[in-house]
This record gives sequence, C-alpha cells and structure tokens, in this order.
Amino acid sequence: MQGLLARGISVRYGTRSVLEGLDLPLLRPGEVTVLAGPNAAGKSTLLRAIAQLQPHGGQVFLDGQELSHTPMRDRARLIGFMPQSLPSSSSLVALESVIAALRAGDTLGARQADATAMAVLDKLGIGALALEPLSALSGGQRQMVSLAQAIVRDPRLLLLDEPTSALDLARQVRLLSELRRLAGEGRIVVAVLHDLALAAQWADRIVLIHGGHTHAEGAPEQVLTPQLLAEVYGVEARVERCSHGRIMVLIDGEHAPA
Amino acid sequence: MSDATLQLYHRQGRRNALLVGVLGLAALAALLLDLVTGPAGLPLAETLRALTGGEVARGTRVIVWDVRLPVACMALLVGAALALAGAEMQTVLENPLAEPFTLGVSSSAALGAAVAIVLGLTLPGLPAVWSVSGNAFLFALGALALLQLLGRIRGGGPEVLILFGVALNFTAAALLSLLQFVASADALQQLVFWTMGSLASAQWPGVVMIGVVLALAVPFSFRAAWKLTALRLGEDQAKSFGVDVAGLRRWTLLRVSLLAASAVSMVGVIGFVGLAGPHIARMLVGENHRVFLPASILTGALVMSLASTLSKTLVPGVLLPVGLVTSLIGLPIFFALILRGRRR
Repeated sequence: MQGLLARGISVRYGTRSVLEGLDLPLLRPGEVTVLAGPNAAGKSTLLRAIAQLQPHGGQVFLDGQELSHTPMRDRARLIGFMPQSLPSSSSLVALESVIAALRAGDTLGARQADATAMAVLDKLGIGALALEPLSALSGGQRQMVSLAQAIVRDPRLLLLDEPTSALDLARQVRLLSELRRLAGEGRIVVAVLHDLALAAQWADRIVLIHGGHTHAEGAPEQVLTPQLLAEVYGVEARVERCSHGRIMVLIDGEHAPA
Repeated sequence: MSDATLQLYHRQGRRNALLVGVLGLAALAALLLDLVTGPAGLPLAETLRALTGGEVARGTRVIVWDVRLPVACMALLVGAALALAGAEMQTVLENPLAEPFTLGVSSSAALGAAVAIVLGLTLPGLPAVWSVSGNAFLFALGALALLQLLGRIRGGGPEVLILFGVALNFTAAALLSLLQFVASADALQQLVFWTMGSLASAQWPGVVMIGVVLALAVPFSFRAAWKLTALRLGEDQAKSFGVDVAGLRRWTLLRVSLLAASAVSMVGVIGFVGLAGPHIARMLVGENHRVFLPASILTGALVMSLASTLSKTLVPGVLLPVGLVTSLIGLPIFFALILRGRRR
C-alpha cells in the first residue's frame, strides 16, 4: 500500500486532549495535502505526531511500514520535517546547518555532504546565503534554509509546518512550486497552511481539522464551502469560481455562532 | 557560483582549524611560561634543562618536576575539562549560562569538602591526602546524579534541569554556610582556601587522574560533534535528522559530570572558565562543534594556565587563589569580546 495513512491519532497535553482518535485518508505519492483549521485545532501536533516527534496514540503507516517501529536513522531518511521556525540565535552558517541535517544521523562523507547541501541551497535560490550565520538571516530566509534542511535527505514524505508564514510573495510561489515539483517526483507532501487562498491554489487535497478530528477532507472545491467554513471557523464566507476553474474564498465577516 | 562558495566554505574551515592550532600553541606557550615563573627565581635555560633531563642541581629538578610541573599540568587539564564540560552543557541544556558552576556542581563539591574538613566525615579506605578531594568528587557527582534523577522524574525539557540545578546550587551553598558557621577557626580557614580554588596542592596522581578522565571523555565528545551541532537547531530538528536526543543528553551529561566532578574535586571552586571558555571559543570559530569543542578545550586550558602564572606574579611573593585570578583576567577579555561583537 503506497502512501501515508494515519489511524486513530490521539495526543494529550497533560489533561487536555488535543487530538482524539483522528483519522487521515490515504495520502498518495504525488499529492500535495494541506492541513487547515482554526488555531489550536492540533494541526502542528498532528504533523509532529506523524513525524514521530510527539508521543501519540494510534498508528502511522508510510508505504505500509509502521513509523513508530521504524529505527530512528531509517525514519530520518524517509521523512523531512520543516518546523514553524528555526532558532534565531545560532551562529551556525546556513550551509553548515544543512550539512548537519545530512551528517548528524548518518555517516556520510564530508565531501559528498558538503556538495549535496550546497546544491540544495542553490536549487532553492539561496546559494548566496550559504555562508551567512543563521542569526544574521531574516525570518523568511531562515524559513528557506529550514526547507533546505528538510529536503536535503531526499525524503519520501515531506511534512511542513506553516512553511510560508514568513515568506514574501515571490518566495511563497517559489516554495509552493518547489513542493509541487517534489510531489510530482513521487513524494508525499503534507503542509499546514493558514492561507486558504494558497491552499485552494496549490493543494490537491485539503484536510480540515477541527475539535481534534478530521472535520472534512477532499479536493479544495469540496472542502472550501461556505457551510464547512462557517462550521469550522465561525466566519461567513463566499466562495467564488474564477477563470481556469480556480476557486477563491472571500471572507465577509464574523458569523454569529449558532 | 556554488563551487566558489564551497571553496570559500572550505577555506573558512581551514582558517578555523588553523585558529584551533594557534590556540593549542598558545596553551603550550602558557604552560611553559607557567613553568618558568615561581618564587625560586630559576632562569629559563635552567628550567628547560631540568625538563629535558639535562644536568641540573638536585634542588632544581625537585622544584621543576615535583612542584611546578604538576601544578602547571593541573592548571592546563582543569581548564580543559571545565571548558569542555561547559561547552557540552550549554549545548545539551540549550542554555548559554549552563556550566558546572551554575548547575550547583561546584557548590556541591565545596559542601563535600566541608563535610571532610569540618565534620571529619570521609570515605573509608582513602588515604588522608585524598579525603577532601574524594568527598568533593562524590558530592559533585551525586549532585549531577540527583539532577538527572529529578529531571527524569519530573520529565520535561532542559529548562527543568536548569531550575533544579539552580535550586541545588542554593541548597548546597546554604548547607556550606551552616558548616562554616559551626567550624573551628582552623577548619574554617582551610575550607575558605579550598573554596577559593587552589592549584598549590596539585600532585602527580591527581594530574594523572584528571588526564585519564579527559582522555576518556574527549573521543566521545568529538564523535558526537555533528549530533550536538544539530541540537543547536532545536530538539525537533535534531530528532528529525535522526539524532536520539534523549540518549545524547543522557550520555553527554554523564560525560561532563565526570569531567566537572574530577576538575572541581582537584582544585576547588573555579568559576568562569566553564562559562567563558566556550563563549570565547564560539566567538572565535562559531558553533560547528567539530571545531567548537576543541577550541573550547584549548581556550579553557589557555585561560587557566595564564591564571596560574598570574596567581604567582600578580602580587610579588604571594600565591593568590587561582579561582580569583581566572575571574580577574578572564572578565576583561570576556567583556572586550562581547563589546567587539561577533567576528562572523
């Protein structure tokens, strides 16, 4: 069975339950999936649970292999994870930080690691920042370096937590088209996005998370409906169809909670 | 473009390796300087001849080999051990203020020493000259074990360990004050000298012991260099790179506990080196632990060696406690480096 499958994912923080037996549909290679939902819905928690960074109940399968039983080193080769932000205090230079992503868990030769890391920075258009300390980069630049760290091991599954939150318009397009390209090469891409317009434009599938469960999932036009948006976000929205079959979400205002 | 950048990166790498080499040479030079200074006023040539096994008066040989050399070597090794311990603690506890001193290791060692000096409670079977060091070692190691145990019970991240460490520091300091309060005048004087940090009582067996601990710890530290570097990017990042962060923390803390406990038990409370050594190294070579760790070790050794020399020369005819001197000479350098800003 090819793809990512999550079944009955539960996470508690102390006495507070964040995810309560959440199921994800089978996410197939070649697809970009966006996790959306209100703040504190548990999107990031779900991403960290899938990456096995967060203790959780339930099971996550990647190509039929249960991830919690996969040795750490093998998992690092299978999964690339991009956190919401990188620490801004580190004096590591960007290139070093990407080399660390290759050499920390693996015994890779220095020459090969250096060249691979540099190639990834070039591919993302940030080769010029290679020798800059992370502390000297802007939030958006750091986010691009963080993407480089996530994809440098050429993982099968790519998990990204709000990857565009600090990016300008051009870099958003660059990052999202890179994600599309990576998916096109047969990878599974899952990203948390808040911007529903971006989600509508770039995702094959949107999963709406609400109240610790999967509230709705499907193609953007199936999920981004006025009714579902009202249920999940409590806002009144109009959904317009533009040329090329694209959809646009227009928010009118607050919706009186039922 | 990318080839040029890579070349530049490798050139920076060579520059950093060179810097580490220079630090090493400077530490050696400081060791020599330490050897040739002393109240006996031996000329340099005479000292060197005694060192290389040449023909010298018996008194000279005794001064050089049995008095100055163990003290000088002890300074070098203690500096190296404290700085390495500080560097690794700062990384695995994700806190730039972490070091044996701030985590209560030093004050626990001092408490151990006080128990030996004031109460006369010592480890059975240990020769009398080792009783104070033995107690200090035991208490320092015990403090770190307690810290890890509390951290394990409570769960949670490194900030919990730091809070426990600070609490431990105050507890040990309070108990130490209590012992000082009830101590006899003689015992009190001995204890105060011990807590100021002194190299004067350094002996070969102690030097060998700390040398062995350092030699055992360093290869493991260097092997973990990339893992530690990855941890600077955050715990989640390191984990997703395939690093067993919990295991790395546990083993690193065990390693640095041994280092810190041996260093502190040999020479008493010496602050600053464990904190400033790594910070100076970081400002010089950055945070890639493959160069940062060796640079920290050598910076610590250099600072401590210079402090040892100065402790003999700062006030003519008086041997100052070396713990005071590390702060006195270290602080201005430290401030200068902070004010000048990062080089890279």
